[in-house]
Amino acid sequence: MVEARWIRVALRLASALVIGFLYLPLVILAIGAFSESRLMQWPPPGLTLHWFGEAAANPAIRTALLNSLLAATTATTIALVLGTLAALAVQRYKFFGRGTISFLLVLPIALPGVITGIALQTTFKTIGADLGLMTIIVGHATFCVVVAYNNVVARLRRLPRTPEEASADLGADTWMTFRRVTIPGMRTALLSGGLLAFALSFDEIIVTLFTAGAGTQTIPIWIFTAIQRPTELPVVNVVALVLIAVSIVPVWLAQRVGGGGGPGIGR
Amino acid sequence: MTADGAGTEVAFPSGSRGRRLARWLYARPRSQLRLLLLTPLGWIVLVYLGSLFVLLLNAFWAKDAFTGKVAPFDWTLDAFEEIIGNAVYRTIALRTVGIAVLVTLTDALLAFPIAYYMARVASPRTRGVLLVAVLMPLWAAYLVKAYAWRTILQGNGFLAWILIPFGVAGPGLDELPNAWLVLSYLWLPYMILPIYAGLERIPNSLLEASADLGARAGLTFRRVVLPLLIPALAAGSIFTFSLSLGDYIVPDLVADAKFIGNVIYDNSALGNFPVAAAYAMLPIVIMVGYLLIARRLGAFESL
Repeated sequence: MVEARWIRVALRLASALVIGFLYLPLVILAIGAFSESRLMQWPPPGLTLHWFGEAAANPAIRTALLNSLLAATTATTIALVLGTLAALAVQRYKFFGRGTISFLLVLPIALPGVITGIALQTTFKTIGADLGLMTIIVGHATFCVVVAYNNVVARLRRLPRTPEEASADLGADTWMTFRRVTIPGMRTALLSGGLLAFALSFDEIIVTLFTAGAGTQTIPIWIFTAIQRPTELPVVNVVALVLIAVSIVPVWLAQRVGGGGGPGIGR
Repeated sequence: MTADGAGTEVAFPSGSRGRRLARWLYARPRSQLRLLLLTPLGWIVLVYLGSLFVLLLNAFWAKDAFTGKVAPFDWTLDAFEEIIGNAVYRTIALRTVGIAVLVTLTDALLAFPIAYYMARVASPRTRGVLLVAVLMPLWAAYLVKAYAWRTILQGNGFLAWILIPFGVAGPGLDELPNAWLVLSYLWLPYMILPIYAGLERIPNSLLEASADLGARAGLTFRRVVLPLLIPALAAGSIFTFSLSLGDYIVPDLVADAKFIGNVIYDNSALGNFPVAAAYAMLPIVIMVGYLLIARRLGAFESL
């Protein structure tokens, strides 16, 4: 180790502070979910489980949850198919403009969400499409493609071609080789890319507010409307806390299969 | 699927359509490539670039004075004139870009020590725990994290509760620095992860060589670590900068301030699409420029 002792101690201290910074709001919201105060008074006057019951009995939350799950699943599926196709093309073929593909795919996530949102909304309005779940899915799929693409490209770069050649030598045609050799080779990359895309879609609000129209609610849109009515705050905290608790599963899964970075970060 | 299954599947009828297509494609790599690229490129070009193009058109279209609806193909520069003629729009643009730059610098400063600790000092076990700890907040709802900061910052909130015994008042919810703080908080993991990955790629031998040649920590950092880290910093900054540039919820929620995104969102909510579209050209131009520079710095290999 090259680093001097004082540097290592300083680094450890700084890391602890950063982790504390990252978790402070999460702790505050967790406490808020159990607080007796409806208005997030600090310190909480007492603790209760009342809000969990209220959240479970709320039909709007259930509808929004179903919409979110449907939108995220569909958008993730589209993104995985499109991202995998693009990754295969870029990784396996040499062609003019190859470098532009990743630039094009990263654009929807690299340009601010408000741009993607207003562009899609203006277009839907201009062509006269009704805003709803379909338009939400189109928007989400568009910025999720790059996540799937990055994960698959990184995998294909490391995947040897020899098993595919062997498969062809043994008489399998292109489709069977793809189904029985290439897809199994990409499986964990598809899983971690899919998890990330799902998470991105599930939590998206900036683009979604533009593409959702008046009648459709997803979980983030429900939260967005609920936090504007201060009396619903504890229930919002409950929903958020439950979502964080549930998300431990995909985070852990993504870590296990490896290659799980932040959105767009595939190694 | 069992091993027997595999045996029967190979016996693909040699005259079947799938097999014939496979054979036809085998000798034609160009056609393979076209088939692969058709759907993803078609989607991005039609849905995304197409939408951006329609947005661009809308910026030059007039609004019908009576119905208030956009009149397609009725060309005018009204929207741009309104934006350029109004000093408020300039102030908002400068404020947004300023905060986005500050957020990016803050996140780079905060991210470096923990990324360095994870990549080069921590034991593999601690590294794994820290990696999950950094990733977890990304999965917590963005809105709720932003809202939790309201609870912390508001006049009778958590921060005031800590500060008031020391005779300092809480910040309240109408201070611009709140936006800087909360945006820095929200996008910090997006900066930590690429810097961590970048640091992990620097071979130990380079740092040892630098130390052997007599360089102290500071010099090694400036002359060896930092130059090698530029692609990772550029990659992380794309997210922190772009996400701050386009946010319209946090500024409103914690700072009671208008950003570029608020102008776009408010105008589109009022049906004033030409002005929203014209103003949207500003972040597009800024970000495309930023992306082209970032690509030259090697950011795309570190995404």
